[in-house]
Amino acid sequence: MIERRFQLRWPLGASGSLLMLWALPVILLLAYVLPFAGVTLWSVTRPEPGFENYVRIVTGADFQAIFVRTAWVCLLSTAITIPIAYLLAYYWVMGSARRSRLIEICIFIPFWISVLVRAFGWVVILRNNGLASDVAAAFGLNGLSTGRNVWSVITGMVHFMVPFAILPMASVMRKIDSRVLLAALGLGCRPLGVFWRVYLPMSLPGVFSALAMTFIFSLGFFVTPMILGGGRVVLTAESVFVQMFQTANWGLGAALGVVLLVVVFAILWLSQRVMRIEQLMSR
Amino acid sequence: MFGRSRLGGFFAGLAGLFLLLPLVAVIPFSFTPKRFLSMPDGEYSLRHYLAIFDPDTWLASIGTSTLVAILSSVIATALAAAFSIGIWLRRPASGRFLIGLVLLPIIVPPVTSAVALYFLLAQIGLLDTIPGLVLSHVVMIVPFSVIAILGALSRLDRNLELAARNLGASQLQSIFRVILPNIRFGLFAAWFVSLVMSWEESSVTLFVSGVNVITLPKRIWDNLRLDLDPAVAAISVIMIVATTLVILLRKSET
Repeated sequence: MIERRFQLRWPLGASGSLLMLWALPVILLLAYVLPFAGVTLWSVTRPEPGFENYVRIVTGADFQAIFVRTAWVCLLSTAITIPIAYLLAYYWVMGSARRSRLIEICIFIPFWISVLVRAFGWVVILRNNGLASDVAAAFGLNGLSTGRNVWSVITGMVHFMVPFAILPMASVMRKIDSRVLLAALGLGCRPLGVFWRVYLPMSLPGVFSALAMTFIFSLGFFVTPMILGGGRVVLTAESVFVQMFQTANWGLGAALGVVLLVVVFAILWLSQRVMRIEQLMSR
Repeated sequence: MFGRSRLGGFFAGLAGLFLLLPLVAVIPFSFTPKRFLSMPDGEYSLRHYLAIFDPDTWLASIGTSTLVAILSSVIATALAAAFSIGIWLRRPASGRFLIGLVLLPIIVPPVTSAVALYFLLAQIGLLDTIPGLVLSHVVMIVPFSVIAILGALSRLDRNLELAARNLGASQLQSIFRVILPNIRFGLFAAWFVSLVMSWEESSVTLFVSGVNVITLPKRIWDNLRLDLDPAVAAISVIMIVATTLVILLRKSET
């Protein structure tokens, strides 16, 4: 019976594979791109037609404060994430077999665990009278400011992004030909010099993609900042959530979403140009 | 080998500990005998693990999450497989554009995707329903399936398919008898990744559901926002242990 069914021709002939090919893009156009157009429409029609929402976003002191805070929180968490991720990626790729396996476990257990569970772990550590303040008290540092503040948010964001930043770096590091390193050693370069003058420059493309990815991720992220900031450290993505559901200002929320998307695409476009220039320079 | 300094190794170890720290820190809190989140002093209890079995709250959410994750991962994997095989077979001029379109939900900030999907479900009246949630999850997780399946196809020898066609197999036969069996591991990986992604999805879920349909991440979220119920610690420990086991088992296999 099954044999016979397979004998049948594809119902639409050659256009059958065309149907396969287009099913998903059409669904996404209808369920994702088109609604996004609708959101853009919301942003200029609610509460009333016009660019009111965008004017408020650009000129409002409250939003300017949010943007400035978002920019520096995201820049700072990216700047902390990259060296940590580089170190781990390096020892994952170059370390001894045992260390490499241990690091792999350290990377992938958090990678697969829900962002909420990870944020909860930091809540337990960082809240008032939590583990961190106990440890600080044991060292005689009473009244250390922990709990819902900007440093908690940055800690949580760094912890979320490190595993993601490791992957592009490690994939570039794996492609570095170890014979080049041996050649540098053979030509009399000291091991530390090999790292700074050969290995690091060769791994830079991975660092750049990790940098762009981390920064973009941190911009659009609201779960960790909302839990660890507890409403005191409002970032752009969180303010979308607040505008949509707490103040029910759909137009403003939609406009913020559009602005965020434009910023992300601008960064992507810029980072690709930088990479292209980088490639031109290396030739 | 060059460049394994003691100091660097030490800092790499510290960084690894930093990654595991919040996961380990949760464990003792799950055994507290008290009603509120606290470090147990001397007394331990499993009451918060038993609370997970409450059919009205945690157990219901685990059921919802499981249902949504299975439905959306199967749909996403099927759509991704059809799409990727279509790309592989036809190699259309628009291929790069189409792949870019399909990967959009990864690149677009999750909160923007969430607003778009909220708009869609509000228009078609599926807000806070299982079908609406499944549709949103499919959109969000399908890029991961596509990446996994395109990766598997790129390692597949094109001549196999040509030989099958040449020996008289129809297009459908070559897909079901040659292509799909050859990429079965890629398909499994695609399904598994999308299952986990859907199970954990929180950003879009928080926008498009939450009153009638409460997934596990949504319930954890509410508990973290309102009061810190130690049951969250118990659930977290179970998820951490399960993830660790899967990773260690997979490691020992290879």
